[in-house]
Amino acid sequence: MHVRKLLTLACTAAFAAFAGGAHAQISGDTVKVGVLTDMSGTYSDLAGAGAVLATQMAIDDFVAAEKPDFKVELVSADHQNKADIASNKAREWFEREGVDTVTELVSTTTALAVMKVAKEMNRITLMSGPGSTPITNEQCTDLNVHYTYDTYALANGTAKAVTQQGGDSWFFLTADYAFGQALEKDSSSVVTATGGKVLGSVRHPFPASDFSSFLLQAQASGAKIIGLANAGADTTNAIKQAAEFGITPKQQLAGLLMFISDVHSLGLKNTQGMYLTTGFYWDLNEDTRAWSQRYFEKQKRMPTMVQAGQYSSVMHYLKAVKAAGTDEAGKVMAQMKSTPINDFFATNGRIRDDGRMVHDMYLAQVKSPAESKGPWDYYHIRQTIPADEAFQPLSESRCPLVKK
Amino acid sequence: MEIFGVPSALFGSQLLIGLINGSFYAILSLGLAIIFGLLNIINFAHGAQYMMGAFVAWIALTRFGINYWAALLLSPLLIGLLGVVLERTMLRKLYKLDHLYGLLLTFGLALIFEGLFRDQYGISGQSYDVPELLQGGINLGFMFLPIYRAWVVVAALTVCFGTWFMIEKTKLGAYLRAGTENPQIVQALGINVPLLITFTYGYGVALAAFAGVLAAPIYQVSPMMGSNLIIVVFAVVVIGGMGSIMGSIVTGLGLGLIEGLTRVFYPEASAVVVFVIMVIVLLVRPAGLFGRTA
Repeated sequence: MHVRKLLTLACTAAFAAFAGGAHAQISGDTVKVGVLTDMSGTYSDLAGAGAVLATQMAIDDFVAAEKPDFKVELVSADHQNKADIASNKAREWFEREGVDTVTELVSTTTALAVMKVAKEMNRITLMSGPGSTPITNEQCTDLNVHYTYDTYALANGTAKAVTQQGGDSWFFLTADYAFGQALEKDSSSVVTATGGKVLGSVRHPFPASDFSSFLLQAQASGAKIIGLANAGADTTNAIKQAAEFGITPKQQLAGLLMFISDVHSLGLKNTQGMYLTTGFYWDLNEDTRAWSQRYFEKQKRMPTMVQAGQYSSVMHYLKAVKAAGTDEAGKVMAQMKSTPINDFFATNGRIRDDGRMVHDMYLAQVKSPAESKGPWDYYHIRQTIPADEAFQPLSESRCPLVKK
Repeated sequence: MEIFGVPSALFGSQLLIGLINGSFYAILSLGLAIIFGLLNIINFAHGAQYMMGAFVAWIALTRFGINYWAALLLSPLLIGLLGVVLERTMLRKLYKLDHLYGLLLTFGLALIFEGLFRDQYGISGQSYDVPELLQGGINLGFMFLPIYRAWVVVAALTVCFGTWFMIEKTKLGAYLRAGTENPQIVQALGINVPLLITFTYGYGVALAAFAGVLAAPIYQVSPMMGSNLIIVVFAVVVIGGMGSIMGSIVTGLGLGLIEGLTRVFYPEASAVVVFVIMVIVLLVRPAGLFGRTA
């Protein structure tokens, strides 16, 4: 009798442990990661198919190393940089396909739209591609992580370094919409705070293809540095035409939002000597080289910081799901925020209350054609900007979640 | 010295740049005007054909080592030939239908071409260097004029006026104009009208490709380079008067100048100024500045 009772108890306990442990808390026994990105538009080179590949690599590596007792699936879609398409797709994924997290989300308008939907449905968003600071300020949510970079970090890094190195008078070439104006504003304040002067700016329509008029106005200003507060094709065309009109190298350009894909497409001849800030470079150390090489073999291009950050963020998320034993958004997010991030992408990275993942950033200078050993050997890393200095301090935060 | 509060040097340089951009508008809108005037087709694929012209030059250089000067001939020939094929196999079937069908077909083609190139070469574009002979610039005192840009103006204007001369002053041009006016009678006189029309479309497309090669060293050669430009060029054609040859050349140059000045006085409006003018012109002269009312 005594033995039987004990046996029953033991069995029940074992069963309870088994049932309550891993399985029961993961809906459908599957974690679904959605990649919603720009597959065909302006940002498709810096995010796009490369971001989908990075996500797949993260999932494969996670499954191989951690051997979770749940399945991990990937779904992806093209949001075409349109807010309505992005939010409809996210809603469909959440409601009908049981997607647990929507990731990547390059371009601010799509990011902000999906953040709202995800918050409403109690799901997590992980953002690698978008750049604007409202994501972690006015519009912040407790279920979002802004992972790779933001315009504050880029403008701050580049503007500060260039001003300190003697580039103390600036003229801005600004894309005439919210993003460009914010970039100009952030950079101007850094320039002034570092002891430089802003001589003026010209707002060009977005998008534009001929920059000669605007460049001549920048030239006439006599500023030492022409700050490019724009992105993508606007930046590349402006850089190319500045060289054509003999503006560089007499005056120097500072790209405030540039990716390695831009440098690759323009070539070193047009970009040599430019300063830029980046969250990742493939040739930083053994770990970055090893990971990037695996990526390169599949994609035939080196990863941008967005694509590398995408891998890191998805990996961090999956590990948190495993550790928390659930895919419930609040618990997973608590786990993510309490665990520091250490991998090839970030050292001692951490997620703050406003959703900002802070990690070291790097100030890079583009090599000259003679210094480069071949394709993708593009950057001298001039300075590591420590995490605490790189991003907007919490004391300046406009996010209601931040307790001051 | 200042003109309206703007230093005269800056003023002069902006006028010159306006002229340079205007010559791009002129050569592109000329191709559209010819195609519309003689075929009654609104060629929405013009921007894509301009893009392909630039890409052919880039591929010729990087793959086959064919230089800029050869590409300036080769690219229009190849893309013009593609135009001929399109006309023979598709456009021909639409002449008797409403304009809208031609527009939809060419628009669809433009999307397909752009999609194919985007898939193959990505979105960021490729860099094409200025040919050695035209590198560097001249200091004009009020501005530094890159030699390449000066060449663009000369080349574009030569081609524009050559085309105008061919259509308005030669026998071939007379056949063309007659053929569109009354194809049956011209055909009865022993002239092969369908062949003339095929040739015309091919030539219009070749003009776009020529502009593409001219543009390659200035802009990034990218799959979307044409779609950014094509809407403005359409506005130029509408302002000049649909189908008017001289109208499209003069309007192209004129609007380039106006746009250039807007970039100094009120840069934020420089993208819309062309369309504001278009609205005004349509209200006052619905047939366009140089158009004849039907």
